[in-house]
Amino acid sequence: MIQEKKSKKGAAAGLILAAVLLILVVVLENLSALLGNAVPSFLLPTSQLFVVLKKGAVYSLVAVSMNLLNGFTGLFSLGQAGFMLLGAYTYAILTVPMSAKETVYYLYGGSAVPFSLPDLFGGADTPSGLILGVALAILLGGCVAALFAFLIGLPVLRLKSDYLAIATLGFAEIIRAVFQWQPLGPITNGANMITQIPTFNNFNITDANGTVILRLSTFFPFLVAILCIAIIVMLINSSYGRAFKAIREDEIAAEAMGINLAKHKMLSFCISSFFAGVGGALFAMFVNNAQAKVYTSTMTYEILLIVVIGGIGSISGSCIATFLYVACSEWWLRFLDNTMQFSSPSAPERTTFIVVFAVVVVLAAALLIWRERRGRGVFWKQALVALLAVALLAWITWFALSGQTKVPLLRTGFRMVVFSVIIMIVVLFFRRGMLGDKELTDILFSRRKAVGKEAAQ
Amino acid sequence: MELLISTLLFGISVGGQYALIAIGYTMVYGILRLINFAHGDVFMVAGLIGIYSTSLLTALLSNIMGAEAAAMAAVPLSLLLVLVLTVALGFCIERVAYKPLRSAPRMSVMISAIGVSYLLQNTATYITAAQPTNYPPLPFLGDTVEIAGTSIKWVVLVTPFLVLALVIVLTQLINHTKIGMAMRAVAKDFETSQLMGIKINSVISMTFVIGSALAAVGSMLYFTTYPTIVPTSGAMPGLKAFVAAVFGGIGSIPGAVIGAFLIGICENFVKILPFEGATTFVDAFTFALLIIILVFKPTGLFGEKATDKV
Repeated sequence: MIQEKKSKKGAAAGLILAAVLLILVVVLENLSALLGNAVPSFLLPTSQLFVVLKKGAVYSLVAVSMNLLNGFTGLFSLGQAGFMLLGAYTYAILTVPMSAKETVYYLYGGSAVPFSLPDLFGGADTPSGLILGVALAILLGGCVAALFAFLIGLPVLRLKSDYLAIATLGFAEIIRAVFQWQPLGPITNGANMITQIPTFNNFNITDANGTVILRLSTFFPFLVAILCIAIIVMLINSSYGRAFKAIREDEIAAEAMGINLAKHKMLSFCISSFFAGVGGALFAMFVNNAQAKVYTSTMTYEILLIVVIGGIGSISGSCIATFLYVACSEWWLRFLDNTMQFSSPSAPERTTFIVVFAVVVVLAAALLIWRERRGRGVFWKQALVALLAVALLAWITWFALSGQTKVPLLRTGFRMVVFSVIIMIVVLFFRRGMLGDKELTDILFSRRKAVGKEAAQ
Repeated sequence: MELLISTLLFGISVGGQYALIAIGYTMVYGILRLINFAHGDVFMVAGLIGIYSTSLLTALLSNIMGAEAAAMAAVPLSLLLVLVLTVALGFCIERVAYKPLRSAPRMSVMISAIGVSYLLQNTATYITAAQPTNYPPLPFLGDTVEIAGTSIKWVVLVTPFLVLALVIVLTQLINHTKIGMAMRAVAKDFETSQLMGIKINSVISMTFVIGSALAAVGSMLYFTTYPTIVPTSGAMPGLKAFVAAVFGGIGSIPGAVIGAFLIGICENFVKILPFEGATTFVDAFTFALLIIILVFKPTGLFGEKATDKV
């Protein structure tokens, strides 16, 4: 009874949240057109904000699909990039317009696929051709990924933990090699990228002159991602989801309870791969091309780290972590890649930098020391953190007093170093991620849940 | 015929280099049950240390002696430095990234290893400014020699013997010394060996020290053969060495060595297969082999029979 009530409340909250998000995205993207030049620069269509939103939507879908497998079924798979590649290539191969086939496949004298899905429904310029063609291609991308997942799952899913991880990682590498194979060129375009496919920008509504009336390029990935994540959430709350969780907790006990291990593992693997394939198709739309060498194991690691940061076993955690991760790597930490030169020792920017740096160091150190307050033998850990913080503070004091105007160390690549240090801190100190295995709704409604528990007793 | 001989020689040599990395994987897995994803990157960092220490030492020493003598003296000194620094790196990684997670689930430790790998690669990208760097030519090992009508670097011929010598030393160490006995005990039963008074932390550190030292030697040989280093250079040899370790039966050192030699040879023969685009499949072949082994003989060639492994 309580369970049912809770899930109903969660569903309602999720529905409202999704609707609000979609409306917000549309409004945000069209604000600059409505208000003219009065909007702040980060709302202009060229702003990094929209890159973050689009990539975040795509990655959150992939992260949630990985979480379904790793967090809810307890199968540690590292093949996500391979399934994304399958989705991306299926999408790209099926949607290259007939008119562009000659130029895209010029090395192989045209494509071996004699049709293009958007063209079948009237071309990518018409709404019906675009929506039907793209939707069908994305679906097929997911299906191809799921089919390959089924084939590879037959032998591989018998393996456990790290063996499964390394086998799926190997499978992703094999797929990547096959798609770069020259004799398959007429289909996959060899090692070259497939371009000229319909992208998110095709969904912007234009008038007869070609000027954009309504921007929907961010709305589209959000719509698809929200739909897919909603399906995954419903799956997790169904009896299948409970079976997945039972397998995660204890395989032998789950089997004893009458859960068919092989069937459920395969189901989870195929569904996860389906959505990874859909995510791959969206990713191809996001980067405007499909190219095998992008989908390396580094990409899988990236998504795995997102899942870990959000909390293994938490859907909302994965989504939030994705947007934070993408925003940090694409936008907020960008400044670390450029040299920073202040105009004078007394420039207000320099003071701001020093204050912000000091505050961040103090807060981070306080947080880490507070985290580690319990347990045996953590004193040296706290001491180490304190020592590092003091060293950094000493450096910033020296920097403030010496009157230097150039910040050292900042150049291309520093962003990723800082970023990976942050990730290591999360992995070592916040092992359970941001939300652990709870959902956002659990945390928001936690007080009422406690009351409900008391009433039940 | 010449092609076959040179392919075989190259295969044996690359196999030997994989073997040196694979030992690090197999020992760590044997004791901690952890796929140390950062091991391949430690190997890459060892290569970078070699590059930077050689140029630094050459510059330093040329102040003291003549330029030629400095170049002569810099290389052996820098190789020593590579060994010391790589061992220090491996030791620190274990202490900072794996030791705090000793009681955590295995997945957390593996994620930590992936995080370390990410950190090492990104730091390498930052330091090299994303430019490929070239390994300094080592004297003697980098020189070429004529064999059966093909010219081959000495390193190709020296590698298998060096690897065999190191493996013999290592097996002696493991079978006939106190620390070796401790390692075997910890690998057999983590908790009981603790009860028996074995300091597992020092045993684990020792494992990482040996693994990193062998990876450092491997990096000297490997990068003399393939001198260009990019931040991702370590990832693929690392994964292949891991496959070799699984192939030989993970936890078994002779198994890892034989597996590595087999993979090195097979991989080089795949390269010269007479069909179009065979080189695309060099990496894919290794992983296909991995999946086949895992499915049909998960314990590998020499692995112990244990039902809980796979």
